[in-house]
Amino acid sequence: MNNKNTLLEVRNLSAEVAGIEILKGINLTVKAGEVHALMGPNGSGKSTFAKVLAGHTDYTVTGGEALYQGKNLLEMAPEERSRAGLFLAFQYPIEIPGVSNSAFLRLAYNTMQAARGGEELDPLEFDDFVREKIKIVDMDPSFLDRSVNQGFSGGEKKRNEIVQMAMLEPKLAVLDETDSGLDIDALKIVANGVNHLIRPDNAIVLVTHYQRLLNYIVPDYVHVMEGGQIVKTGGKELALELEKRGYDWVRAEFDATRAAA
Amino acid sequence: MELVNTGAKDRYLESLLRGQPPASPLSWLNQIRADATERANALTVPTTRDEEWRFTDPSPLLKFSFQPARGAPRLAQADIQRFVIPEASSDRLVFVDGMYAEELSTHCGHEHGILVTSLAQGLSSHGEVLQQHLARHADFHNDVFCALNTSFLHDGALVIINKNVAYRTPIHLLFIATKPETAAYPRSLVVAETGSRCVLIEEYISLAENVYFNNAVTEIVVGENARAQHTKLQQESHAAFHIAHCAVTLARGANYISNTVTLGARLSRHNLHVLQAAEGTHCALDGLALISGRQLADTHTYMDHAKPHGASRQLHKCIVGDAAHAVFNGKVLVREGAQLTDSAQSSRNLLLSGKAHVDTKPQLEIFADDVKCAHGATVGQLDAEEVFYLRSRGLDEAEAKSLLTCAFAAEIIDKIPVASLARRLKQKVMEQTQVREQA
Repeated sequence: MNNKNTLLEVRNLSAEVAGIEILKGINLTVKAGEVHALMGPNGSGKSTFAKVLAGHTDYTVTGGEALYQGKNLLEMAPEERSRAGLFLAFQYPIEIPGVSNSAFLRLAYNTMQAARGGEELDPLEFDDFVREKIKIVDMDPSFLDRSVNQGFSGGEKKRNEIVQMAMLEPKLAVLDETDSGLDIDALKIVANGVNHLIRPDNAIVLVTHYQRLLNYIVPDYVHVMEGGQIVKTGGKELALELEKRGYDWVRAEFDATRAAA
Repeated sequence: MELVNTGAKDRYLESLLRGQPPASPLSWLNQIRADATERANALTVPTTRDEEWRFTDPSPLLKFSFQPARGAPRLAQADIQRFVIPEASSDRLVFVDGMYAEELSTHCGHEHGILVTSLAQGLSSHGEVLQQHLARHADFHNDVFCALNTSFLHDGALVIINKNVAYRTPIHLLFIATKPETAAYPRSLVVAETGSRCVLIEEYISLAENVYFNNAVTEIVVGENARAQHTKLQQESHAAFHIAHCAVTLARGANYISNTVTLGARLSRHNLHVLQAAEGTHCALDGLALISGRQLADTHTYMDHAKPHGASRQLHKCIVGDAAHAVFNGKVLVREGAQLTDSAQSSRNLLLSGKAHVDTKPQLEIFADDVKCAHGATVGQLDAEEVFYLRSRGLDEAEAKSLLTCAFAAEIIDKIPVASLARRLKQKVMEQTQVREQA
């Protein structure tokens, strides 16, 4: 199962926040070139899983393991995960008053370049570079001069996340409800941006509540989360079925299978 | 001037009052000094039992004895080069251990309708203006440190901006401490006449980490429709004591913008009293204290809305590391009849360690009924979600915290109207926050 194309291998992962167990044994393997959709009702643990992968300090892993490119992901600090090519697009990108977006983007880019042994850019060089990158999501250059995400609309914040993804060129990008709060035009723009970034050597995990995003970014696998576990995995057609039938039948089927076993 | 009253209530003040400068040829000035000396003798060094000093215990001062410097060391231009502000190089008054250093000072502005000179020189050429304003704004009757400074009053900085002169070149008042165990009494008077504009930088720095006492008084008079932008930068030695009193009086339609940055001193107290003495004045009083170690920085502001249609805006921020202690007391008084006053005050405080401490106290006293007054205070730590967001983009924890701390400070520093000074301060904040992370 483990080969050089495997980016992420999660086995029986469980985690808690403030003493409450949220993840109860997750198994997931992601290989280069794949797009995975992680769906499920509210409170099923999708976003928690995304944050645990990124190393959020509020969550405690209580069992299982996660290997990223064969290395123990859970031992790595959040910044080490980022520098190793793991990217989390936040569901609610954080506003940072007083830090200009362009300075923040340059700092993030240069940190990544330093980690990869690439060339760092001075503010002028970076300005040319970032102005190209923001075109991918049709972002107005005036957003570069503002404080990070401050006063941005929901859609503008999500675009800013995709700009960071475009700049940092992650191996594995986890997009946490990147579609939430977007109108249909913004959704198309963001989805189009993501599609441009899919390559044979990287992979994407889309955490989403709704099927509509998957009309624009077509997944290879659809996983359904429920009660802190992945209870069903299928192809892209599974998303359509969920859209029609809801989530309850998946849980019932899972419980029946488990009872039989 | 002889100290005749040996019955001072306070032996410590008695010792400080020794070594006064000789009497002036001007009788009115001698009278002010005599009155101030009398008050200094009648008053005592405050304790934490005094309401105005509740959070700040000045008693560490009493463990040292200080004397005025005799014969300032001659500094070369090279010694002060690193403190020269490029934008303000044409008008600079330099004081070394409280004494005026003519050879380090520059004054080019007289051709443009301004006077930047020493008080001693101004007393002979502009006696009338000085008599009208000197010690008339900073009330020494109930403030022992102000009385002490005034009893030593003989020299200092004098800035006069003539009527309708818009002088945009910053004027730099630079007070340099060099000697240990020195008491200095810096004194500044700024008169911005009707319709004039000026940009002032009042800066206190030290060449060595000595124990000394700077007891400063600054008076600023902003005339009708005049505008004064005042940046005070306190970077004393971390072993020093700095107690300052700044009194500002605003005439009709005047505009006063103040940025106070406090970085140095073991114990510092900054009193800022702004009197809106006529209608339609505007003030912005912003401040930043960035302290660490065992420093104590106390900022007491007193916004006196005495007349109608006055507006004031205030944002004060403290960044407190290690076991340091910051104090902010922001009094806003709206007097009877000061209708349509519009005042807003905000105190925001960032604690960088578990032992850091802040006391913040808004104090609104309102005696008019048609006014708008808002205030608020927050005390907190760096936001964990912001730190995580930055770490998830590859910054390590120390870098992330430093960046966020600098951003918190930048909101104040960005208001400083002198670009090179703002840059220097940002650099300083960055250094200080990074050092703290390593410690």
